[in-house]
Amino acid sequence: MCGLNRSDPATGPAANGLNTLVGKSFNSDSILRTEHLSRVVKDKALVQDATFEVRKGEVLAIVGPSGSGKTSLLRLLNRLDEPTAGTVYVDGVDYRTIEPRDLRRQLGMVTQRPYLFPGTVADNLRFGPAQRSELLSQDSVEALLANVGLKGYAGRNVANLSGGEAQRVSVARTLANSPLVLLLDEPTSALDEAAKLEVESSIQKLIRDQALTCILVTHDVGQAGRLADRALLLDSGRIVRIGSVNEVLHA
Amino acid sequence: MLNLIFHPQLQLGFAQAGVAALAAFAVILLARKREIHLEGELLVAMVRGIVQIIAVGSILLLLLRAPRWTSAFLLAVMIVAAGATSARRAKGMPDALRVSTWAIAFGAGTTIALMMLLGVIDPAITSLVPVGSMIIANTMNTNGVALNRLRADVLAHVGEIETALALGAEAKESVSPYVQASFEASLIPAIDSLRSLGIVWIPGLMAGMLLSGARPVYAAIYQFTVLAMIFAASGLTSLASTLLMRGRVFSPAAQLLLQPSSLA
Repeated sequence: MCGLNRSDPATGPAANGLNTLVGKSFNSDSILRTEHLSRVVKDKALVQDATFEVRKGEVLAIVGPSGSGKTSLLRLLNRLDEPTAGTVYVDGVDYRTIEPRDLRRQLGMVTQRPYLFPGTVADNLRFGPAQRSELLSQDSVEALLANVGLKGYAGRNVANLSGGEAQRVSVARTLANSPLVLLLDEPTSALDEAAKLEVESSIQKLIRDQALTCILVTHDVGQAGRLADRALLLDSGRIVRIGSVNEVLHA
Repeated sequence: MLNLIFHPQLQLGFAQAGVAALAAFAVILLARKREIHLEGELLVAMVRGIVQIIAVGSILLLLLRAPRWTSAFLLAVMIVAAGATSARRAKGMPDALRVSTWAIAFGAGTTIALMMLLGVIDPAITSLVPVGSMIIANTMNTNGVALNRLRADVLAHVGEIETALALGAEAKESVSPYVQASFEASLIPAIDSLRSLGIVWIPGLMAGMLLSGARPVYAAIYQFTVLAMIFAASGLTSLASTLLMRGRVFSPAAQLLLQPSSLA
């Protein structure tokens, strides 16, 4: 399990019991925290009053039934949607004051489907850095691909990749922006069983080797158990429980 | 044959229209045999068509004596009507009416003004209004196609656009492939018209000039001139409308506003 091989955030204060964190002071090592984050669209509350924090180097799984607001919450963190109330602090800075392009690089998001751009794998990895006029070196491309188990794939056309390979390219492409936090939106739900295991083990290796801070949306409780340190259970857009994986998933 | 029976020109015109309408109704009868019922729709369309065109003919008659500014007023009314008509093709897009009207005013207006200054379009009302209306009508179609295609492409590629945004792309950069495709698609009819000129079709303007006794070669060259102006005006309109709309499908925080859920 990824959490076991790293400095164990499960020994942190939130792991000592269920902790909704509302109204409590936050840890100084929190890299991201939300305060009363809400989004209401046409009288439907997608996310309601979500307050939680993510600490440096931990993996937080967001779990809950279909339609409980998991993806809506992740989209708010990346500011792909606008909160109707509340805000997010990234490394202590209110994210509304950060230029959206910079914010999205800091909170890199991997979507459920990989949506690769036409061209080669290397073209895709270079897309993010190119947006700020940086050219990702060939060595960096190779290193990023090696991290997701795709060594030697740089020159391949993305049209010829399998689903699992495409999703791993998508993860490497997001990491090419060196994000502070990696947001993963059900990264294996659109894949078959073999590809799912392949992508999950890549993510597990990345988290372990690079001590990534990660928020993982998943409907797969087993996956949350294998990858995450803490879990947050959502229902109808509200945080029902937050705490260590065992406490949240087996309560 | 009709000209042997009907002597005054107006009577002859009505008789010709009646015979042509009968031909259209013959098609309706054929369609009825196949259980296709178009008679109600066709009757309304024909009555509307003849009333509208007689009204325009009468107005043109009055215009022969009207002051010159009247044509500017008429063209402005046409631009607003064209904007409203083509904005319907951009249902759900923010500010569609304003974008369409400004784009048509820019594309058609610039072309008409420039061509009038250069002496390509005769500033007399009887020439400026019909040629101007042809240009405006074509920019209306181009604008409708451009915005309709942009809308469809954006809605079909929400995932790709948001992925680009999530990777730090500028909003305008994230939709640029679809803006480009919409611009190109909107100009296909204008390019094909130029390409097939004289081979597939002899356009109405040239036919009219020939019927009114113009020399065939001059009528042909002027028809080409009009189509080239239409292409220029259409290109400017489409460029303006796609670029104006490009910024409007995003919020100030670079969030894609045009989503399938936003149209529900």
